[in-house]
Amino acid sequence: MKHIVLIILVSACFAGTLVAKEAQPNEDPRIEQRMRALTEQLRCLVCQNETLADSRADLAEDLRKQIREQMRAGKSDQEILAFLTQRYGDFVLYKPPVKATTYLLWFGPFILLIAGTGVLYRYLRHRRELIQDKPLTTAERKRAADILRGEIG
Amino acid sequence: MNRLLLLPLVLFIGLVAFLLVGLRHDPHEIPSPLINKPAPAFQLAQLQDPNKTFSAQEMRGKVWLLNFWGTWCVACREEHPLLIQYAKTNAVPIYGVDYKDERATALQLLADEGNPYTITASDPEGRLSIDYGVYGAPETFLIDREGVIRYKQIGPITEEAWQKEILPRVEKLK
Repeated sequence: MKHIVLIILVSACFAGTLVAKEAQPNEDPRIEQRMRALTEQLRCLVCQNETLADSRADLAEDLRKQIREQMRAGKSDQEILAFLTQRYGDFVLYKPPVKATTYLLWFGPFILLIAGTGVLYRYLRHRRELIQDKPLTTAERKRAADILRGEIG
Repeated sequence: MNRLLLLPLVLFIGLVAFLLVGLRHDPHEIPSPLINKPAPAFQLAQLQDPNKTFSAQEMRGKVWLLNFWGTWCVACREEHPLLIQYAKTNAVPIYGVDYKDERATALQLLADEGNPYTITASDPEGRLSIDYGVYGAPETFLIDREGVIRYKQIGPITEEAWQKEILPRVEKLK
């Protein structure tokens, strides 16, 4: 029991420091809100499945600091995104830009959809021909009658 | 019709080929947009003597390596003995950026384990590291005579990277 209490107390201490590290009491709430909105669209490079807004990595913290400073200096979101992509590439953007190297990424699914629809259409048309009841020609009718009479030839 | 029936198989094989290639990529290696671009300019205090500075501009005309490291970085410690070994070959000068570090600890490490760097610059707040797009120390940049970045090693330089990636490029650029 003593141990459990100790563990809880120790974890509580760490929880406190983690929160304290992130708190920005002197920050302008408007900048904080803008920073949050921008960094939610950005990838943290250290832990790649987290956004820059949520990551606790040191680098993410430094980048948030830089973004705040640039916002305070009056930079637009576009300028800040350009600053980041110049350094880390398009990889920091969760939404990649539309350009020559990403055409396949953006339009590939639509090309597949169109191709798939084409294949399906051709298949269905062919199938309709296959299952259609076609009347027999006179020659075929005569041959069928011959077969039925036992005069296979 | 028979040819059409083979289409899903062909697509499947193509997909498997893509995924196989993808598996061989290290997801932590992000292609740097800085390759073949001018190395960001800087002027920082030197680690050994903070009254002196070191700048990228003064390296014009030389082929050199810029290695970002820190005493807090485990992989840098791993790389350290190799850097000392490579520095001794005089193949290419290695300059360091001590990144987000305490000066005293960094000096202690260099005193204890040897110093592969011709000069080490201090980047206590990590600003230069952001300019160079560093996200996983150690990272090493190969910079040519015109001050253009020619290659970036993410993570420790391995014997293989040194022999196959760095040395051939150094020879070509010299």
